[in-house]
Amino acid sequence: MTLVKQKVLAMNGDEAVAYAVKQSDVDVVAAYPITPQTIIVERFSEYVHNGEVDTEFVCVESEHSALTACLAASAVGARAFTATASAGLALMHEILFVTSGCRAPVVMAVVNRALSAPINIHCDHSDAMAERDSGWIQIYAENSQEAYDSVIQAFRIAEHTDVLLPVMIGLDGFFLSHTLENVKVLPDETVRNFVGTRKFPLVKSHEGKLVPFRLDPENPITIGPLALFDYYFEIKRQQEEAMRKALPIIKQVHDEYAGISGRRYGNGLIDAYRLEDAEIAAVCLGSTAGTVKTVVDELRSKGIKAGLLRLRTFRPLPTEEIKNALANVKAVGVMDRACSFGGFGGPVFHEVRHVLYDLQTRPHVSNYIYGLGGRDTSPMMIHQIYQDLQQIVETNRVEKPVQFIGVRE
Amino acid sequence: MSEWKFTAKEIAEKPELFASGHRACAGCVPATVHRLVLKAARGPIIASHATGCIEVSSTIYPYTAWRIPWIHTAFENVAANASGIETALKVLRRKGKIKNEHVDVVAFAGDGGTYDIGIQALSGAAERGHDFLYVLYDNEAYMNTGIQRSGGTPHGAWTTTSPAGKVIPGKPQFKKPIAEIMVAHEIPYVATASPFYWKDLIAKARKGLEAEGPAFLHVIAPCPRGWRFPTEKGIELSRLAVETCVFPLWEAVDGEYRLSAPSKVIALKPERKKPVKEYLKIQGRFRHLFTPEHEHVISEIQEIVDKRWKRLLKKCGIA
Repeated sequence: MTLVKQKVLAMNGDEAVAYAVKQSDVDVVAAYPITPQTIIVERFSEYVHNGEVDTEFVCVESEHSALTACLAASAVGARAFTATASAGLALMHEILFVTSGCRAPVVMAVVNRALSAPINIHCDHSDAMAERDSGWIQIYAENSQEAYDSVIQAFRIAEHTDVLLPVMIGLDGFFLSHTLENVKVLPDETVRNFVGTRKFPLVKSHEGKLVPFRLDPENPITIGPLALFDYYFEIKRQQEEAMRKALPIIKQVHDEYAGISGRRYGNGLIDAYRLEDAEIAAVCLGSTAGTVKTVVDELRSKGIKAGLLRLRTFRPLPTEEIKNALANVKAVGVMDRACSFGGFGGPVFHEVRHVLYDLQTRPHVSNYIYGLGGRDTSPMMIHQIYQDLQQIVETNRVEKPVQFIGVRE
Repeated sequence: MSEWKFTAKEIAEKPELFASGHRACAGCVPATVHRLVLKAARGPIIASHATGCIEVSSTIYPYTAWRIPWIHTAFENVAANASGIETALKVLRRKGKIKNEHVDVVAFAGDGGTYDIGIQALSGAAERGHDFLYVLYDNEAYMNTGIQRSGGTPHGAWTTTSPAGKVIPGKPQFKKPIAEIMVAHEIPYVATASPFYWKDLIAKARKGLEAEGPAFLHVIAPCPRGWRFPTEKGIELSRLAVETCVFPLWEAVDGEYRLSAPSKVIALKPERKKPVKEYLKIQGRFRHLFTPEHEHVISEIQEIVDKRWKRLLKKCGIA
């Protein structure tokens, strides 16, 4: 694979997503506006109204219908995309499970925003974390460039016949969605070739024939039947299997894309920064990683062995990669931009700490809940986390396993 | 719209797209309604279903009664399913990704999935003008969950959430005029139908499929379990609903109302209009009304039926 010549466009994260969708030969977009996702649907509407895409855009009356229409379109064989945030994702909750259960490879951009109440339009991860178990692949972008690249990759991952699962691309509300960035874009044709056309696995129809898995009058199949205690469990088990199979495919698609774009995000699953010899490490998702990297560089310049593990793919959870990346770290600070009220720390903390339990010698793991409702996360706060980790290493104990950073207590 | 002419023989010879062997209850009129609607198919067709009796009883995995492509996703969103299907067919045909022939789209939902939880998606799909036929099979309560009242349950009816209590005898509210709400959406075709008048029903389903844009077919579909009547009485009740003007038959083409033949006869010969009592007395769900303390509810039902009938006649340019 040879690198392709690319254009640089000044775009915010939402525009980058819309641009990626424009290039990906999407058949149906059904979406409903919600801050901070709105720019995606606005830009895409312009593409449609100016005849720049051959896509049907359905301006539905709710997010519930947005995802339903995408799911149904996908069942007919269309490549379908939607985008939402916060309350919109929450309204889709029911259909998120139906989409993954029907094995419809819908791609969705989630512009991560806090959930009400109080109502708040700014970034945190409570929306997507609440859908952690909905059977969707979840990839979180660090910057708008990655949002663009990930949307293109998402179609390939979702539609891979070993996967057939919907994919959510998370990008931090306002931090990415509304912030101008230089985004390198591939030529239209390159993207079109990369995403290719949808392939359909063969399934056994009720007439006993092997037919493509889609609603086709010539080969009728029933999608979304009633399955009770005698079959439901096997169908769910298959979904879990598909998630496992997605792990190498996410990497493979990421590598292939890197071959033409020259851009890598770790190995596609995790993105380790100065972690090889690190003694203390933060773990985070999304745009915060940029700030953390700056802090890591500052600490390194002072001889402190700090590192960062950014989880790019949160579902399926790359357990082996996380384990290997953090095995030799002495103290791990997991950053959560969401709360699990009444639980023991935030959702990312649960997962990371849980994965590390299997190690013979385990690092100390502490949790830092930060940035809810768009609260600014300054380098100073990140320094505070690393100082805490240093203290954990020195005292060899975790005083406070769960802390809230940057909040008036 | 040109009229599709057909004979009973032709209908009998058409394939059964809704196969027998499903697990609907004995005497289920909604199942008959589905069978009749699909007799109107004019070519390739994709169906979608809201959660409900027929959805669950026709697709118990690994079996299915659907000889056509069929999808169910949830309860409140069948019109959004249809929107997605119709949109996908349009764009895939345009791009040459599927064969260049027309595929009809039909959405089925019960009263709960239409009057109540599904009305938002339905209204949205109608406003956007998707080309599909929406069939409401109205058995006038949430029968799938065990007979709970819906916006389609008639006044005075017993259900498990509008019990025939000592203080409140059945459902206090009246049935929502859903078909007229759909006419107000200014869609090309809205009609009501009854399976007793099966030819009328099939012809209307066909017109709904042929209409370019959203079409809405409201079918009365008596439920022996929920309405409490013997299983052989379903079609008779479908007839009485029309003869009493509880459920008059009409269609609105581009917003122009006109009575269908079975109701037109009554409009022209008002002496043929039967009292609602004849319809109510066969049904256990109205049994509590036939007592001295609740008899006034029957008069209330008669009043609303008369009022609505009069209003309909006006809309049809009669009276």
